[in-house]
Amino acid sequence: MTLITFALLLKAACYTVAISGVSIVIGFLIGMGVAAARLSTSRWIAIPAHAFVSFFRGVPLLVQLLLIYNLLPFLGINVPSVVAAVVGLSLCTAAYQAENLRGGFASVPRGLIEAADMTGLSPFQQLVRIRAPIAFRLTLPSLVNEAILILKASSLVSVVGVIELTRMAQDLDTSLYKPIQLYATAGFLYFLINRCLAFAGASAERRFSWGRA
Amino acid sequence: MRFDYALVASKIPEIFHALGVTLFVWIVGLVGATMLGFLVAVARRFGPRWLDLALGAYVELFRGTPFLIQLFLLYFGGPYVGLSLDPIPAGLLGLSVYGAAYFSEIFRAGFEAVPSGHVEAGECVGLTRAQIVRRILLPEMTMLVFPACVNMAVVLLKETAVMSVITVPELTLTISAIGTEFYAFVESLFLLALFYWGLVEICGWLGRLAEARLSRFRFAAA
Repeated sequence: MTLITFALLLKAACYTVAISGVSIVIGFLIGMGVAAARLSTSRWIAIPAHAFVSFFRGVPLLVQLLLIYNLLPFLGINVPSVVAAVVGLSLCTAAYQAENLRGGFASVPRGLIEAADMTGLSPFQQLVRIRAPIAFRLTLPSLVNEAILILKASSLVSVVGVIELTRMAQDLDTSLYKPIQLYATAGFLYFLINRCLAFAGASAERRFSWGRA
Repeated sequence: MRFDYALVASKIPEIFHALGVTLFVWIVGLVGATMLGFLVAVARRFGPRWLDLALGAYVELFRGTPFLIQLFLLYFGGPYVGLSLDPIPAGLLGLSVYGAAYFSEIFRAGFEAVPSGHVEAGECVGLTRAQIVRRILLPEMTMLVFPACVNMAVVLLKETAVMSVITVPELTLTISAIGTEFYAFVESLFLLALFYWGLVEICGWLGRLAEARLSRFRFAAA
């Protein structure tokens, strides 16, 4: 493998990281909304949120990506394929992150909320000072896990024509005929990024574990 | 949008055949992944240290790389090292090896979660090592890992869609081909999504049913 080939793969790996990173952040924001909707006492809000989570967790990401890639132009929205890819990844991860967040908020100890009530914190103060920080700390491990899953899942974006790491290896293979070297290198790059993510996640968990009983 | 029911009807046998292929690769791959994963977990727990390290590297590598890359390596790289496989065997092998990495971790955690007091109690009443494994370790572990296994089965069902990329004639490949033929991408992809959604919901429902039945035996593990 020449240096040029490796440089091309490395550049594509950066693109993969960018796509996954943007999707994780957008997915987290949507996921917060969906989790709040699922915890709502109104059935008209909770049931659609439940259907959203069920659909995006029950359909393969590849099918979601193909659907969104074809649906957007069908609705008259013409966007580059990378936008369709990010929309697909974001919606999928939003469903998973919504479930994680819901679990996190549900696991905030009841006694802490009662103690906050006793000391006279308003519901908003309770959310900002007690419930959200604890729920965030509880969901941090699954957030890191989700980031790793999305990084791997972003390889499917190659199917809708986004030139990220997997697609780059494929394209290089059609001219170089060296599938083993190319795909092994791509796989190794994915592995390396995942190790970095896991390491960063472990440090973040230590960083945020202050005051833990 | 015009909808020609006769055309759609002519494709029904093809769709059912593809559904059969999806179910076949899923179930055979699932059985392969479970058995292989169990062997890996047993070898890591009871085998020598070098085997544990080697299998640990395998688990980390296969959990840290995308399934698509693994399939490409197997399907396009395999012929260069004398492993020429047709799409379906390649997909089955790929799914088994990929799933086994996850299953081995589930079983490993399961072994560790069986309370050591139960094993010691078995030793005290004079059970042999084989009896302890068969009567205590395996039944308790099965109970503990069952929900995680159902979850993994659903993950693998969804991963079978990726096999369409190496031309396994399963649901995704077949229904998108029909969509291309009729120039009805959105409709066919919605149908495809509904198929998977239905399959996943049925799988989850069966899993909960089986869990409820299994929990009748849950007197000791609690």
